[in-house]
Amino acid sequence: MLGGQLISVLRREIVEEGDEKGVNSMGIRFVLLVNKQGQTRLAQYYAEHLTLDERRALEGEIVRKCLARTEQQCSFVEHRNYKIVYRRYASLFFLVGVDNDENELAILEFIHLFVETMDRHFGNVCELDIMFHLEKAHFMLEEMVMNGCIVETSKSNILAPIQLMEKAS
Amino acid sequence: MADGVVRSKKTQNKTVARPRTALLTPFLSSNPCPDLDLCPRFSLSESRRSSSSRVAGVEDEGRTLEDFSAALAMNPFSSGTRLRDMIKAIRACKTAAEERAVVRKECAAIRSSISENDQDYSHRNIAKLMFIHMLGYPTHFGQMECLKLIASAGFPEKRIGYLGLMLLLDERQEVLMLVTNSLKQDLGHTNQYIVGLALCALGNICSAEMARDLAPEVERLLLTRDPNIKKKAALCSIRIIRKVPDLAENFSSPATSLLKEKHHGVLIAGVQLCTDLCKVSEDASNHLRKNCTEGLVRILKDICNSPYAPEYDIAGITDPFLHIRVLRLLRMLGHGDADTSEYINDILAQVASKTESNKNAGNAILYECVETIMGIEATSGLRVLAINILGRFLSNRDNNIRYVALNMLMKAISVDSQAVQRHRTTILECVKDSDASIRKRALELVFLLVNDTNAKPLTKELIDYLEVSDQDFKGDLTSKICSIIEKFSQEKKWYIDQMVKVLSLAGNYVKDNVWHALIVAISNAPDLQGYSVRSLYKAFQLSSEQVSLVQVTIWCIGEYGEMLVNNVGVLQVEEPMTVTESDAVDVLESCLTHHSTDITTQSMCLIALLKLSSRFPPSSGRVKEIITTHIGSVVLELQQRAIEFNSIIQRHQNIKSSLVERMPVLDESTFISKRAGSSQANISTEKSNQQLPSGASLKLSNGVAKPAASPLVDLLDLSLDDTPVPTSTSNDFLHDLLDVGLTNSSSSGVASASGTDILMDLLSIGTPVQSNTTPENGSSIKGFNDILPIAKPNTATVQVVDLLDGLASNGSHPGAQSPVHPSITAYQSSTLKITFSFTKQPDKPQVTQIHATFMNLSSEAYTDFIFQAAVPKFIQLHLDPANSNHLPASGNGRITQTFTITNTQHGQKPLAMRIRIAYKVSNQERLEQGQINNFPPGL
Repeated sequence: MLGGQLISVLRREIVEEGDEKGVNSMGIRFVLLVNKQGQTRLAQYYAEHLTLDERRALEGEIVRKCLARTEQQCSFVEHRNYKIVYRRYASLFFLVGVDNDENELAILEFIHLFVETMDRHFGNVCELDIMFHLEKAHFMLEEMVMNGCIVETSKSNILAPIQLMEKAS
Repeated sequence: MADGVVRSKKTQNKTVARPRTALLTPFLSSNPCPDLDLCPRFSLSESRRSSSSRVAGVEDEGRTLEDFSAALAMNPFSSGTRLRDMIKAIRACKTAAEERAVVRKECAAIRSSISENDQDYSHRNIAKLMFIHMLGYPTHFGQMECLKLIASAGFPEKRIGYLGLMLLLDERQEVLMLVTNSLKQDLGHTNQYIVGLALCALGNICSAEMARDLAPEVERLLLTRDPNIKKKAALCSIRIIRKVPDLAENFSSPATSLLKEKHHGVLIAGVQLCTDLCKVSEDASNHLRKNCTEGLVRILKDICNSPYAPEYDIAGITDPFLHIRVLRLLRMLGHGDADTSEYINDILAQVASKTESNKNAGNAILYECVETIMGIEATSGLRVLAINILGRFLSNRDNNIRYVALNMLMKAISVDSQAVQRHRTTILECVKDSDASIRKRALELVFLLVNDTNAKPLTKELIDYLEVSDQDFKGDLTSKICSIIEKFSQEKKWYIDQMVKVLSLAGNYVKDNVWHALIVAISNAPDLQGYSVRSLYKAFQLSSEQVSLVQVTIWCIGEYGEMLVNNVGVLQVEEPMTVTESDAVDVLESCLTHHSTDITTQSMCLIALLKLSSRFPPSSGRVKEIITTHIGSVVLELQQRAIEFNSIIQRHQNIKSSLVERMPVLDESTFISKRAGSSQANISTEKSNQQLPSGASLKLSNGVAKPAASPLVDLLDLSLDDTPVPTSTSNDFLHDLLDVGLTNSSSSGVASASGTDILMDLLSIGTPVQSNTTPENGSSIKGFNDILPIAKPNTATVQVVDLLDGLASNGSHPGAQSPVHPSITAYQSSTLKITFSFTKQPDKPQVTQIHATFMNLSSEAYTDFIFQAAVPKFIQLHLDPANSNHLPASGNGRITQTFTITNTQHGQKPLAMRIRIAYKVSNQERLEQGQINNFPPGL
């Protein structure tokens, strides 16, 4: 109990420290893959210190907001103090939370690059590929985004380490 | 298993049977959202079947490839079948409870596997934990396992270990300390991929402490040859300088050298590092401005003019991401710096004019370029170019493009508001868009566009749209319209007109302080009061469902009802209308009885009715009836008001007219300043109230007593945003009635202080304060005596109604129609005090009702207390029973008794009375006698 309190205190300190130093003013805050039923298929947060409950609540809110929109509406939704750029591919929604000053169109392009990269690796990628190879999807994302910044935009460069690892094993 | 093997099998299968929906199948590059109807539906059963078939395939493969069985245990993905089983089991769950059960079982298995130190399964465990974590279950127990994997030698173990660490980490501090050492070792590893892993992990999770420890390693890695390490080291440096800005200077020269690279990954990371350096350090920013601007321009030129580069090509444009990052950095460098701005003007013009705008990627670059042009000291020609691009965006059919255009115009407005004004009509159209995101942006932009010249037409447009807008947009729209109206109202009539329109269209969305402000404004515009109440009356007839319209109307009818009926101050533009007194009462009655009316409104109705009963004497009978029906109200607040108002109407005709006089003009400047400061904590305002007990609230009361509904009290109050607190104690009600600016009884000190002051005012209405009649406070109103040193231990009236009774009999003009008599101390000894207060029926001058109050001044309680009185023959006496025969010690309680005397020789002989009081003190009988000759004259 006491441990739990200590941890939450520590976490709060960390969050405050983060705010002070402006860590939160960073491009991408999270990448979220959600299917049509609203089930999370991949979630990666950058410098967001969320407890499980906060995360669930956040994901619930976002998913409700985005999935309710029609496709004629634009791909940007403002939520709390940031924006969500989302794009739908078949049954999957790709949701990227970004800061307000981020280039929304570029994030759309980034989502597409991510999908194309996965497609190149899995070949006709689908929701199941991402589910059963969650770690690989994460590896790709890790090669593309670090700490909320885009680090690599060439598909072959992104996939090189993953292919090497597959060859090695 | 050789995932590669599986893959080869899979690729064979793919063409034969792959009943899965590929994400990209219906992909259209120009359309960001693939058409819904074109998407083959992804049914759950179908996918499950396919997954099981695939799993079966894997199992077959596993059997045939026995040779690989040894390798199986070592490969992190070899345990895929078990991970698959878990995923399958979870997906098969029909309810959340089932899912929880499965996850709990899995977690238990993983825990035991961890505690048994089962190395073979640790990566599979982590993979499972990742999935469980993604579903939102606690997985912190896996963190130590991640650390173990990170510490192991093999790349695959490290890989999944680091990934797990980044995902599962939540109890940061403790685990981070443990991982620092592993990170340090891996940063020095000979294998570039392992170094990359460590850099990536460090970039994602590092704390300030780790940043200081590991910064030298990262700095060293920035200078290695391998581009993959370089780019990761650059991004890792971003995290480090964000955590520890002091380290920024160490990184500025390596960052500069990164910009000379050819590798796009290194460039994009380097540009981002430079951007962050600019943010944290002025020195670094100057350094970069000097040394990098040229390099950045060259990069931009190269990628603009480069021939087709398949790896980085998106829709015919080479690496838009790099474009955007470079433009962003140029914006930071050129901001506020004329030389740099001039230097980059050309390239910006080139990008702005050459980039194709038929694809999303091109638009993304144009968007960024426009933002950069707006952000730097660009030439006017360039700005025109930028605004034109935005104009093109704004008329685009694609909602995404329109959204960013609106977004950008908001920033452009500070640079060139004239240019933005040109697009006003288009922007106004966007406010009416069906897309909530676009509407919201456009509304904010319109709000910024409003100025003195266009306020009126824009407000009209917005109000027209208010009528047809979506319910969920009305709130935002209303608040923006209200602030425009308040900000740009040059004439009061316009302000009142527009507010009435907004109130009648969306009164339910108007915030309290907005309509409070309207009331203050009306109160301050004597010429327009009649007009206002008439327009409100008209508006009310059309839309009586809008709460705040109803409330303002009620208030105005209460205050200015006679202006409504008598058509006072008719403006030329007004259409003549006839409203009878009973029409006005009808409005109030219908509000009071309407099912959806809330308590606040109903309370306001009661007060307005009370006011009308004095404004419209012929209707007072009806008003009384309406009020009487609420005496039995189940809502305490209404019941209390009804009872008290009823008593005012019945028994205090003489003071009623002054009680219900029109509110004095509300102090506009005080209200505005209070409103501005309403965000301040209530504590501070209360404090200031204490320091100035005769502060704002008192000033407003102006010595005129008037009833005020609690919302109005609220209006005068500092805590404007609070909903009126329904007052429930009589003490509070006193404050309400006397219009003290207090909504709650928590600050009793303040309450009694100002309450007393008001009381003084109240007493000063008719006659000069009569020093011998100051009501003595009960325990509920402490501090009266402190503030009124003149208070003699006289009449004691605690309850409010009694207080009013006391006042009624006290504060009268000698020549008034029904004289009011001051209370007296009828008898006082060292042990006992008796006070009398008097009420008279106006039509029966002979009859006087006397309220006697007995108070024990000794330190022992009295029991069996009996009061007897004898009168001369020309007087008839009727004694009602006392409320108690027990009188507590030291004035801690009192007995009251009412008796009626009829002076048959009224006007000729004064009252006289002999009294005898018998009581027991600790079972000993006592007797006191006396004669009362000091009755006020005229009884």
